[in-house]
Amino acid sequence: MIELEQVAMSYGGGELLGDISLTLSPGSFHFLTGPSGSGKTTFLKLCYGALLPTAGHIRLFDTDLRAMSRDDVALTRRRIGVVHQDVKFLDHLPVADNVALPLIVAGRDRTEEAQNLTELLSWVGLSNRADALPAELSGGERQRAALARAVIMSPEVILADEPTGNIDWEMSQRLLQLLVELNRMGKTIMIATHDMNLIRAAKTKVQARVLRISQRRLQTAGADL
Amino acid sequence: MTLFFSRITAFVVGDVQADRMVPPTGFTARLTVFAAGTMAFLAVFALALSLATGRLADRWSDELARASTLRISAPMDQRAAQTAAALRVLETTPGVASARPLDEAEQRALLEPWFGPDLPVETLPIPQLIEVIEDAEGYDAEGLRLRLSAEVPGAVLDDHTRWRRPLVTAADRLRLLGWLSIGLIGATMAAMITLAAQAALAANAQVIAVLRLVGARDAYIARAFVRRFTLRALTGAAIGTVAGMVAVLLLPSAQVEAGFLTGLGFQGWHWIWPLAIPPLGALVGFAATRQAAHRTLRELS
Repeated sequence: MIELEQVAMSYGGGELLGDISLTLSPGSFHFLTGPSGSGKTTFLKLCYGALLPTAGHIRLFDTDLRAMSRDDVALTRRRIGVVHQDVKFLDHLPVADNVALPLIVAGRDRTEEAQNLTELLSWVGLSNRADALPAELSGGERQRAALARAVIMSPEVILADEPTGNIDWEMSQRLLQLLVELNRMGKTIMIATHDMNLIRAAKTKVQARVLRISQRRLQTAGADL
Repeated sequence: MTLFFSRITAFVVGDVQADRMVPPTGFTARLTVFAAGTMAFLAVFALALSLATGRLADRWSDELARASTLRISAPMDQRAAQTAAALRVLETTPGVASARPLDEAEQRALLEPWFGPDLPVETLPIPQLIEVIEDAEGYDAEGLRLRLSAEVPGAVLDDHTRWRRPLVTAADRLRLLGWLSIGLIGATMAAMITLAAQAALAANAQVIAVLRLVGARDAYIARAFVRRFTLRALTGAAIGTVAGMVAVLLLPSAQVEAGFLTGLGFQGWHWIWPLAIPPLGALVGFAATRQAAHRTLRELS
């Protein structure tokens, strides 16, 4: 689905990531860890085509990222759901519209998907917040709304960047549970986090691989976690 | 053609869903409408100026070119003989349609503004005037002058080109300036709308980033902005054009005394011209916003 081959990424002369090779296979569950500033966000951005690597090749759904036009990247993003730590919404539209945003920009008929949207909102526990504006949501609610928005197009891959960074433990658990359920439905999941407790909690529920970025290289973390 | 119009209709009607993506902005919207309106108002006047000076140049070169005057300045006793000789020369000159000596009443009418109505013209040694009307081809003024100097020593040919040419040149230049003004007004409107669109795009950077993240194509994002600014330019230009046309309509009409000038305004079917300003304004708004939007989007990942 997403393949990285000897990828390197440099900013302004300094190399941030180097010699990274990885294949995300369908239905896999990955954690990505590493100290702050080690390049986790950059790594995820490479995975959804927001950045071009300075060396190496990235293939999204078997197409080389360098060969893709801006429109190709846009269409690919409909197959990759992204959740950010500081998730951004359209602040003037209610939650329901924000969650349905990928459908709207893809030109899908919203009335046909109304059932889908209702189910999705109740799945993330936001049924009674559908008409609220994003600014009125708590941190946990924002993260769940972001997750709902990321999965409404039924993407094959979900990339989450510190999804539990701003929320309490109980809410983190709930969010993790949602991601685990998605994985059981066959979605490929990659979560960047430095929350070891979250990874430990996940390991009891799902077979997850843990990747660590250390000294610009991607390593598979041992079983010591 | 049908496809073209259906696309325009779809553009004007718009996609209600897509339109809600960009938050409504009151202030820049009003500024854009105002700028488009002002520019359209000025364009109406520049257009009126161009068309009026065009008419002026045409009229001067038309009317004045076809008539010239021959002046016989001779002692009273030779005047009749020289007039007859001059008429003979004129009759045999190719390009002269007719030649006619002005009678006393006409000559008195010409002098009246300067000397009053009771001037005894017949007692004064004033020159005899002959009105020469050219045919379509026109005559060779230099050749005629040479022949007249040989046969009618007291004759002076005034073919008006001497003072007509600079006036026609001035009118033509004025017309050119009018069109140049219209061009500059259009360019200024494009610049203003580009600035407004640029400001709107910058203010909505988060909206654009979110749309891009959830898989919106550039064309989709650009359309939401372009449609708004095009409609604003159209609305503003329409209001400005109507106001400009009313103002031109209310201009006092040129008086008979100033008949050699021409009224600043539109005549006949020329009233159709200003109606082209709103669609052109919309086109300028469309192109300017589209350019600004695509330039901004290219800088985003």
